[in-house]
Amino acid sequence: MERKGAQIVWEVLTQEGVEVVFGYPGGAILPTYDAMLDYPVRHVLVRHEQGAAHMADGYARASGRVGVAMATSGPGATNLVTGIATAMMDSSPIVCITGQVPSTAIGSDAFQETDVTGVTLPITKHNYLVTDVEEIGPTMREAFYVARSGRPGPVLVDISKDAQIASIEYVPADAPERLPGYRPDLRALPEEYEHALELIEEAERPIILAGHGVMMSGAMQILIDFAEKTQIPVTTTLLGLGGIPASHPLNQGMMGMHGESWVNHAIQEADLLLAFGMRFDDRVTGNLKTYAVNAKKIHIDIDPTEIDKNVRVDVGIVGDLRETLEILLPQLTQKEHTAWLEHIDELRGDSAVRDIQSLPDTGALYAAHVINDIWRITEGKPIIVTDVGQHQMWEAQYFKHEKPFTLITSGGLGTMGFGLPAAIGVRFAKPEDEVWAIVGDGGFQMTQAELSTCAQEGIKINVAIINNGFLGMVRQWQEFFYGRRYAATPMLSPDFVKLADAHGLLGLRVEERGQVEDAVRRAQQEPGTVIIDFRVVQEDSVYPMVPAGADLDAMIRRPSSIVETAEDELVGGGR
Amino acid sequence: MTDNGRNPLREGIHTFVVYVEDKPGVLNRVASLFRRRAFNIESLAVGPTDRPGISRMTIAVKTDDVVARRVEANLYKLVNVLRVENVTHLPTVMRDLALIKVKADSSTRAQVLQMCDVFRARAVDVTPDSLIVEITGTEEKIESLCEVLRPFGILEMVRTGRVAMTRGSDVPSTNPEFVAARVPNGSAS
Ligand SMILES: Cc1cc2nc3c(=O)[nH]c(=O)nc-3n(C[C@H](O)[C@H](O)[C@H](O)COP(=O)(O)OP(=O)(O)OC[C@H]3O[C@@H](n4cnc5c(N)ncnc54)[C@H](O)[C@@H]3O)c2cc1C
Ligand SMILES: Cc1ncc(C[n+]2csc(CCOP(=O)(O)OP(=O)(O)O)c2C)c(N)n1
Repeated sequence: MERKGAQIVWEVLTQEGVEVVFGYPGGAILPTYDAMLDYPVRHVLVRHEQGAAHMADGYARASGRVGVAMATSGPGATNLVTGIATAMMDSSPIVCITGQVPSTAIGSDAFQETDVTGVTLPITKHNYLVTDVEEIGPTMREAFYVARSGRPGPVLVDISKDAQIASIEYVPADAPERLPGYRPDLRALPEEYEHALELIEEAERPIILAGHGVMMSGAMQILIDFAEKTQIPVTTTLLGLGGIPASHPLNQGMMGMHGESWVNHAIQEADLLLAFGMRFDDRVTGNLKTYAVNAKKIHIDIDPTEIDKNVRVDVGIVGDLRETLEILLPQLTQKEHTAWLEHIDELRGDSAVRDIQSLPDTGALYAAHVINDIWRITEGKPIIVTDVGQHQMWEAQYFKHEKPFTLITSGGLGTMGFGLPAAIGVRFAKPEDEVWAIVGDGGFQMTQAELSTCAQEGIKINVAIINNGFLGMVRQWQEFFYGRRYAATPMLSPDFVKLADAHGLLGLRVEERGQVEDAVRRAQQEPGTVIIDFRVVQEDSVYPMVPAGADLDAMIRRPSSIVETAEDELVGGGR
Repeated sequence: MTDNGRNPLREGIHTFVVYVEDKPGVLNRVASLFRRRAFNIESLAVGPTDRPGISRMTIAVKTDDVVARRVEANLYKLVNVLRVENVTHLPTVMRDLALIKVKADSSTRAQVLQMCDVFRARAVDVTPDSLIVEITGTEEKIESLCEVLRPFGILEMVRTGRVAMTRGSDVPSTNPEFVAARVPNGSAS
């Protein structure tokens, strides 16, 4: 059948089962937009192309399928960049399609010409410039395949306008077959497994570090089986939250900069780390020189470049996590680590007294309380999307995730403005689920224009703005490390209730703890998108905190009485 | 910790032979990878192979064995890279080629040519006041020749950078397993 390049784009999208494309039109992508009207794919008109990339990313993370964003050349394409870098850092499979000036004009600084394959080269898993209509079909197929296979990631396809307009006799291709150099399915050498088994059998104080890879490989169940059989405690990264139920008795909680204190101590005291699909981010390790120095290390990761990157390991197993655990688990013997688990329990007990939840209710509205209340009132059922900052860490600490893929957050890039658009993407991926965006007053304002998108598309999400009047996380660093000199962190916000109103949406304000429940329930009942402006205590901080680059067990801890927070000296040094 | 008696953390020049798809932008992808990961390129030579559509690069990198393994893995990760070989510890012929334009008039020409003879370099162009000398060999050999020519006055020089080929008949480019996955050995002990 005779097809234009622009039609072939949609032919492939349909063939790939794409239900929704997030995008914004412009001159160089116009032919493709024109062809869109004849295909059964929903298009969501965003308010800024960054939003399109975050929506595709949120969609991908919640569904496990590839998310798609579309933009025009030049400024449209460059607006995608933050979203692409965000997806790259967190291994999220998205395909971005951009229009490019006609191939004859490429290199001439034509109107709205940007070398977007050049710009995105280091922040995509792979990218393509297509100037020949014949190449559109195969390249698009390849793009989807590369995005979702192996370690997933963003792929960009830049298509010149003339290629979109030209026609060919189009025959849909089955699978991409032209990738001789691409190896998404690496496996480890047998001796690595043997060595790993030995280390696991010998260990007395082992601990599993479960990362995002657990969910990406679908290893949730076998992780539990593995932990139960070997009685090895599990801790997760931020992106690993939900990979094992929060309530599982072997789950110790999150590790790292704002992880649980007992977890960080346990890691430092361990004699074996089992890193499962996590990449030893610096937020996770603290000072590498003193990180788990007494522990042997086993690292299982699908990406060989991760092995020995940050932490030198004793055994590196390259491969899919689930497949690897399926090989290892039957060869392991049943174990007990009673003394070790009891020891971690003791560490945990000691910390509980500092927990904000254990402190008397003074009536003040603490962000941690709000988030914990949302968890309680919603029975932990919603999918939570966060922005970046203090609220994100409190979410990680006080919203207990029982199920995988229920926390969507920008970890590696820490992109403010991610929350609202990503939540819109999640909405499309999970039409049946309740979706909450928990955002800061700062980050929300970065992409709040996407509220118009919610209104235009008639979609329902709940937005909890944790409004502390500051760029809270930066203010916290200023409090701890810059003598409370609050340079450029106090932030004035618009009246969020009126903002909601201006969009024809419901806005609510909550100033006291007693109002939280009503507001949350009201939001749940409202058919449209709701914004709740939670006016929380302004100068609260996230504890514990490992200062950047400090030893993992040198944590700043919450002063034992909240009342002292304002004046008290910081309690450093851990135990 | 030692690997085959070597110290894996000692810095040295590592030489990689890299086969890539001959497509626009591939050299850029390779160069960008080294820049992005702060791997230190000493030299990079690229040219066609006997197989259409496939180019061959020789990349010399100053680093230790542990990082060298990461270089290899990162190169493999590029979609257009077909095969990577770290030939550093294999029996390998390594050559650099240089053209050196050196001042030489009737009074010094004989002397210059004599030096070239010692190094088995050849004069490939002669004018009344200069010579172009061609030399192939290891980097050290070329540098030594430069040392002795410098007093005469080097006017201009160009070098190709290192190219490498392993000895023996095990030729990777004709191997049917040309693109077979190779897992970098992940063990640190
Ligand atoms: C303000 C702020 C504070 C933060 N504080 C913390 C903190 O206290 N603690 C914390 O943990 N994080 C924290 N983070 C997040 C942190 O920066 C990293 O994003 C996070 O630690 C990365 O988690 P990960 O390694 O599990 O996931 P990713 O970065 O997504 O890495 C996943 C790994 O799994 C591998 N993989 C993918 N698929 C598979 C498969 N099928 N099989 C095997 N392996 C696979 C990948 O190759 C990769 O190595 C914070 C972020 C922000 C913005
Ligand atoms: C795009 C972007 N710019 C700057 C930062 C640096 N940064 C990290 S957290 C933070 C403050 C976030 O403030 P807010 O959104 O109000 O959330 P809070 O920390 O108060 O919960 C800033 C500015 C960032 N992560 N992303």
